[in-house]
Amino acid sequence: MGNLLNNYYEAVAVILFGIGFTTLLFHRNMIKKIIGFNIMDTAVYLFLAAKGYIEGRVAPVPDGPDASRLVTDYINPVPAGLVLTGIVVSVSVTAVMLSLTIRLYRRYHTLDIDFITMLVKKEQATEKEQGIEQVKER
Amino acid sequence: MNIIQNFPLFNIVMCLMGGVICSVLKAKPAKCLSMGLIALAGVMNGCVLWYAAKYGQYTYMMGHFPAPWGNEIRVGVLEAVLALFFCIIMFLSVLGGEHYITIDIEESKTNLYFTMVNLMLTSLLALIYTNDLFTAYVFVEINTIAAGALIMIRSNGHTLVAATKYMIMSLVGSGLLLIGITMLYDVSGHLLMVNIHEQISVYARTGEYAFPLTVTIGLMSVGLAIKSALFPFHSWLPDAYGYSTPSSAAILSSLVSKGYIFLLFKIFYRVFGFDFVLDHKVTNILFVFGVVGMIAGSVMAIYQHDVRRLIAFSSVAQIGYIYMGIGLAVPMGTVAAVFHIMSHAASKSMLFIAAKGLSDVSGDSKDFSDLKGAGFRNKLAGIAFSVGAFSMVGIPLLAGFTSKVYFAEAALLASNRKMAVAMVALAISTILNAVYFIRAVITIYTPNPKRELAAKDYRLPRTMAVALVLFIILNVFLGTWSNLIEDAIEMGLKTFS
Repeated sequence: MGNLLNNYYEAVAVILFGIGFTTLLFHRNMIKKIIGFNIMDTAVYLFLAAKGYIEGRVAPVPDGPDASRLVTDYINPVPAGLVLTGIVVSVSVTAVMLSLTIRLYRRYHTLDIDFITMLVKKEQATEKEQGIEQVKER
Repeated sequence: MNIIQNFPLFNIVMCLMGGVICSVLKAKPAKCLSMGLIALAGVMNGCVLWYAAKYGQYTYMMGHFPAPWGNEIRVGVLEAVLALFFCIIMFLSVLGGEHYITIDIEESKTNLYFTMVNLMLTSLLALIYTNDLFTAYVFVEINTIAAGALIMIRSNGHTLVAATKYMIMSLVGSGLLLIGITMLYDVSGHLLMVNIHEQISVYARTGEYAFPLTVTIGLMSVGLAIKSALFPFHSWLPDAYGYSTPSSAAILSSLVSKGYIFLLFKIFYRVFGFDFVLDHKVTNILFVFGVVGMIAGSVMAIYQHDVRRLIAFSSVAQIGYIYMGIGLAVPMGTVAAVFHIMSHAASKSMLFIAAKGLSDVSGDSKDFSDLKGAGFRNKLAGIAFSVGAFSMVGIPLLAGFTSKVYFAEAALLASNRKMAVAMVALAISTILNAVYFIRAVITIYTPNPKRELAAKDYRLPRTMAVALVLFIILNVFLGTWSNLIEDAIEMGLKTFS
């Protein structure tokens, strides 16, 4: 329990990851799924940022009056780079998912993925029936 | 420094730029550019393979930062073999389905299809060659986006839903992979595979961080297993393979999932070290899921009436084989798994292309009741389908047989209990494979005079004919010259960790 309280950033990040993960996997609404995905990825960035921070040190920008600082005065800059890359990745994936959702909505007028799956199956069944009728007519 | 050493990087950048240029070209030039680049990448990877076999492995520094800080590419025989092979399969898949790409996809979007093909090849090559875990993650996501686009570009209701399901499962998988990589970075302080490995071998000696490292291996394995459709996570697969345009189905089944599996190999061998993975019993879990997948995938395939979905479910079984190979926990098992990656890719892409040729002469239906006699109406596609089916069942001289022999050999070297389970599973799965594939072959060679007349003036697209012939040659080559490839894989694996 003590560990958990000391590392509360990490604990919160993992809890958020879980929330996002379950929302992405189990929620039926497409938009909420995408929100879940974003929460999940953001949780990872929080985790990274929390791990990169070192108590009592400053941002790694050697500029201004403090230019004479030593390497040991700065926090770890790598996680910040990873977070930036990760944000770019998740933005592009979110864009793809949103465009998919728009196309699904235009076609089926709903955001519920289970309902859409059902509609698609129905579509397929009617197509098949029509095909059989056409063959019979011939 | 030899110019060939630059080729892996040139390959990746070249394909990436080709993708960007394709997006502003018209359909036909885009196609030519894309195919040309894939062929060129194949040739370059051939050179890399020759170089790696002759002078041994090397790492390639990107930018001006040396090892612990900069980004690296790592080239060995195994990587070069797989990269060359992926280029060949990619080329043949696009060539075989080229005629249908123009039919299935709107004219104005055809160039974008080739953009996605190029991005896919870029990401696959990068996944094969990279030596940096975070770079691997970025290219995993590029791969996901490209694969999603390849599915949904044929716009009808099925592909949209299939793409959505695929994207959701893939995002779940890459989320797990990402948090795994993050934790690994926090524990080890590095992102380059070699440096992480050094740090982890220190922890393995002192026993520090045992629990977080187990969690990390678990997260990464599960994430990549979801993405490569290991048995319980295969729900997205049949729709995605069943309804997309034939080239997409061929690329998805034969290359996309394989790229992730190879990344998992890299993580096991180069990041953690295989002994460390064995100590944490992860391979046992993969073994169980692999064996269950081998049988469950085949059983589900038996119930399919749709030829594309049948092939898709057979993929589930074949992915199970690969994971079983890893799970056997002997070096020979990994050799067999890598060989099966190749033999499955060669057979499955051929099956998807040939299945399209068969349904073309059956009123564009994929149902077996309509496919009766299709082998007579479209002879080459019939032969190719039979070769692919026989290869999957494991008839000698074909690729599938050789990989089954390797799996059996590997099983003999494994622990007694695993050997028994693996052998029984191999036997059952082979019989089940035979049940549905031989049935499919018999169906397409059952005469059906009613349809004969309708398909009399059908002419096989020339590109497809060329691709199918090349696929058959490739399959027989893999089956008969397997020693050559096995030696290359073994040589690559020796220097892999």
